Amino acid sequence: MIKLTIDAREIEVEEGTSILQACTQNDIEIPRFCYHEKLSIAGSCRMCLVEVEKMPKLVISCAMPCAAGMVVHTQNDRIKRARAEVMAMLLLNHPLDCPVCDRGGACDLQDLAFAYGWDRSCSKEERRQVCDKELGPLIKTVMTRCIHCTRCLRFMDEIAGVPSLGGLYRGEDLEITPVSEGPILSELAGNLIEICPVGALTAKPDAFAFRPWELEKTDSIDVMDAVGSNIRIDTRGNKVMRIVPRLHEGINETWINDKTRFACDGLNYQRLDRPYLRREGRLEAVSWDDALEVIAKKLHNLPPERLGAIAGDLADCESMFAMKAFLKALDTPNMDCRQDGALYDISARAGYVMNSRISGIEQADVILLVGTNPRFEASLVNARLRKRFLQGGVKIGLIGSPCNLTYPYEHVGYSAVTVRDLLEEKHPFADLLKGARRPMLILGAAAAARADGPALHTACCELAERFNLARDGFNGFNVLQSAASRVGGLDLGFVPQGKYGLACAGMRAAAQTGRLDVLYLLGADEMDMKYLGKAFVIYQGHHGDLGAQRADVVLPTPAYTEKDGHYVNTEGRPQRARRAVMPLGQAQEDWAVLVMLAQACGKSLPFENADQLRKAMIKAAPHLGALDEVPVNMWQRFGTGGSLSLQKMQNGPANFYMTDSICRASPTMAQCTREVWPLLQGEG
Amino acid sequence: MLKPQDRIFTNLCGHEPILLSASRRRGIWADTAKLISQGSAALIEQVKKSGLRGRGGAGFSTGLKWSFMPKPSERPHYLIVNADESEPGTCKDRAILRYDPHRLLEGALFAAAAVQAHVVYIYIRGEFGQEARVLQEALVEAYSAGLLGRNAAGSGWACDVYIHRGAGAYICGEETALLESLEGKKGQPRNKPPFPAQAGLYGCPTTINNVETLACVPEILRRGPNWFASFGRPNNTGTKLFCISGHVNKPCTVEEEMGIPLKELIEKHAGGVRGGWDNLLAVIPGGASVPLLPASLCTDARMDFDSLSELGSALGSAGVIVMDKSTDIIEAIARLSHFYMHESCGQCTPCREGTGWIWHVMTRLQKGEAEIHEIDELWDITKAIEGHTICSFGDAASWPVQGLIRHFRPVLEARLKKSGAS
Repeated sequence: MIKLTIDAREIEVEEGTSILQACTQNDIEIPRFCYHEKLSIAGSCRMCLVEVEKMPKLVISCAMPCAAGMVVHTQNDRIKRARAEVMAMLLLNHPLDCPVCDRGGACDLQDLAFAYGWDRSCSKEERRQVCDKELGPLIKTVMTRCIHCTRCLRFMDEIAGVPSLGGLYRGEDLEITPVSEGPILSELAGNLIEICPVGALTAKPDAFAFRPWELEKTDSIDVMDAVGSNIRIDTRGNKVMRIVPRLHEGINETWINDKTRFACDGLNYQRLDRPYLRREGRLEAVSWDDALEVIAKKLHNLPPERLGAIAGDLADCESMFAMKAFLKALDTPNMDCRQDGALYDISARAGYVMNSRISGIEQADVILLVGTNPRFEASLVNARLRKRFLQGGVKIGLIGSPCNLTYPYEHVGYSAVTVRDLLEEKHPFADLLKGARRPMLILGAAAAARADGPALHTACCELAERFNLARDGFNGFNVLQSAASRVGGLDLGFVPQGKYGLACAGMRAAAQTGRLDVLYLLGADEMDMKYLGKAFVIYQGHHGDLGAQRADVVLPTPAYTEKDGHYVNTEGRPQRARRAVMPLGQAQEDWAVLVMLAQACGKSLPFENADQLRKAMIKAAPHLGALDEVPVNMWQRFGTGGSLSLQKMQNGPANFYMTDSICRASPTMAQCTREVWPLLQGEG
Repeated sequence: MLKPQDRIFTNLCGHEPILLSASRRRGIWADTAKLISQGSAALIEQVKKSGLRGRGGAGFSTGLKWSFMPKPSERPHYLIVNADESEPGTCKDRAILRYDPHRLLEGALFAAAAVQAHVVYIYIRGEFGQEARVLQEALVEAYSAGLLGRNAAGSGWACDVYIHRGAGAYICGEETALLESLEGKKGQPRNKPPFPAQAGLYGCPTTINNVETLACVPEILRRGPNWFASFGRPNNTGTKLFCISGHVNKPCTVEEEMGIPLKELIEKHAGGVRGGWDNLLAVIPGGASVPLLPASLCTDARMDFDSLSELGSALGSAGVIVMDKSTDIIEAIARLSHFYMHESCGQCTPCREGTGWIWHVMTRLQKGEAEIHEIDELWDITKAIEGHTICSFGDAASWPVQGLIRHFRPVLEARLKKSGAS
């Protein structure tokens, strides 16, 4: 610890802290443009100048480390003047178009000009004009507004790992420009909007749609992947206008991926706002009573084994818990939350979560990725892997199809069999794992869902035991889930019950062959609906997607922005999403639908309202009650064995921009699919 | 006046052949191994004792700079020769590169041994095509004669020298921008600290020296630091190359004792001011980036670091630009402002925006299209840039204008009044 004086206050900071950080820690405001906590230091805006006694020049606080006994002034006349002068310089060529600028009202330049600038113009010269750049469907540019802080360059170079922006020309003519015009080929491009301190880079999909001060803000959780990024949902009236990230050091830091940010316009399309019933092949709008009555009739006297339920990727814990209670009331053993058809052993919790946590990546020194493309399955896990790579001293290996992960890695093998090679130490990467201080394995959910998934899962467990991945205080065995609902569903035991309960694939096969009469889809859309035979399909969800198209009855429920719900992310960290807008039309919350349906069937569930439901749920799975805390999982052997396949593992989704019913309904995601994905896919 | 036998640069004008055999006749590469065998500390001590100050412009003590290099560790040390001489009015390094490249190579070897570097990069200005070829030829000669390489000059010190040609940016003469450029990035200065001695090229300890500085070193070591220190006055020792250009009868580059009176320098070596001393308007004594001296101050000015600093100017790179009374001094400085606007790297705010601002105002002042109060505003702009930038380019852009306002304010005001702007 170092002691120094800032503005006549004695302050103690850790060694290596910059003056700016020391000030921020002690609530002393230092204006800045180019400095960003998560990016390297540029020191170019010169706004954060402070005076240090015994130094002749003013120094930039962002790049100057604190030293013992330093006496720093941040508020004297000399500094005020210097800041005002820098403001004047920045505004010299900045257009006065705040009234038509989307950043207006949430603009660093505006705010700091107001706080630190002069109140009148001092230049007569003509302002610089800069041509706008084409950066694809997500980012709108007005480059004349650019103040050359280079945050965007540093973000692309360091965080996104796609160095596609650069500075062209010199001096006054300096322009921030893409290396080649066209969409930015990164899944994290939307963050450029966030980090731009002026209106140079703004969101194209919501250009001119709202003003920042009109928005109501709700803190919530993202469900587009299993990372559980912390987000803020900004709404106006009953409409979600935009989604922005919230800081969570353990999960997403300050970033979110483009799907999280821009898929929210999918909430305005293809929505189910009233119950539907299929009559003569067509879905017709009906009342809740009619819809429930039809279902109740269907379920009346139905042998329990002829009913099954599958939960989709967006289901919250409450829905699945209520569904399980409902199925239990009907004595049905057939339920599964793994609509991808995965069958690997889930007897140990350590066997299906990311035990080392996302932040644990920063401690690992050897990382083996098995059948996963984290860049598109969990973009922010990939961002963390890249961060780890930039810190240096890490070896990363990949088993699966080679892809561009934005950092170099060793391609260890193509198929699951390679894991066995590692076990038998036939592959040199095994030596790395053996010698590692903190080795880590990340098994992709898609690989674990293959036919040889259980065998691969078992082999990975053996690998973990062989190389001692689960050590004191650091468990390097990780399964990278890709669906927001998965860990929650598994925690709640939304899996086939007893010996004869059918899993997802089993239910579908049974439906096809007529052994299953009723299939209840709880927002399940990501499976092949063609082979469900003559089964009566109930679809409960919020989008008219694949499930609703096949359904005989459609029950409308709210989307994730319209309800309070627990989600457990891939680390096993329970978090709570919050309602930002009201459900659409006649939509009812999932648990309420099931309570009504149980009543219609003459059954009763052990809860009648949301509070009772949550209490019962937390009783059943106590860790859900401790929000944002990651339970430590006991390590035990798991796995059902089986034989490994030589078939090459395909990692990564078929289309990053279209992985669930919300983004499939989103025009922005559709545009990205057309314009970005073909290029990005080539990259990845 | 410096005696011929005291000159370091004996082939400044290229009267003698350039290459190895001729260089040996001039005493270069004579007892290199013996001198190096004294060891790093002794080399640094001698250079320190000689009082040699960096000839690139800032005038920092060379021996002191070398002594900042950390103790050898697993990280390699680098020596960089800054041959990116681009300062308007300065052409001293060019003369060395052209006619005496072996002197530089030997100096570089001494410096490399002193700072424990096995690799030397010579970053040569892109426009110096011919000079780069001469230097390359000298380098090949030195390698074939065993003067560089694994056992350089038989000293046991391994020293490899590489020549890197710049691409024509003035800012790449700034040492950290030079490092960036050498690393293959855009030539933009770095924030300091850390200084290159701690984290320079590829993050390793690096010393960067000017061509003339290094070329002085062999003679300092051979003739002894006391000989070098006997010229000039304390803290401003040695001999120095002066480049006299502009309105003089015989523009030239000449070696002289530090602290020579400006008048003597111009009259003895450059054939005097065009139309006589009384026709002198002003002199920029140290390359484009230092404030000018009006004729009244020139008569008694002595050409060394401290004397010129006392006069509110600087020795800089000793490029003496002489302007007689036919000069439109406002236009002359406006031209320099244009140069600085054009060469600003654009990284930090005050310099990027300010250099352009200065030029715009200067242009209007030159045309008489400004108002009187804008002179003060221009002064404020230069003060807003000076000392607030990442590198000293901002200072360099401000000082000529400050010099103009300080010494020629009446001329500026007269121009504005004449055009009736105010």
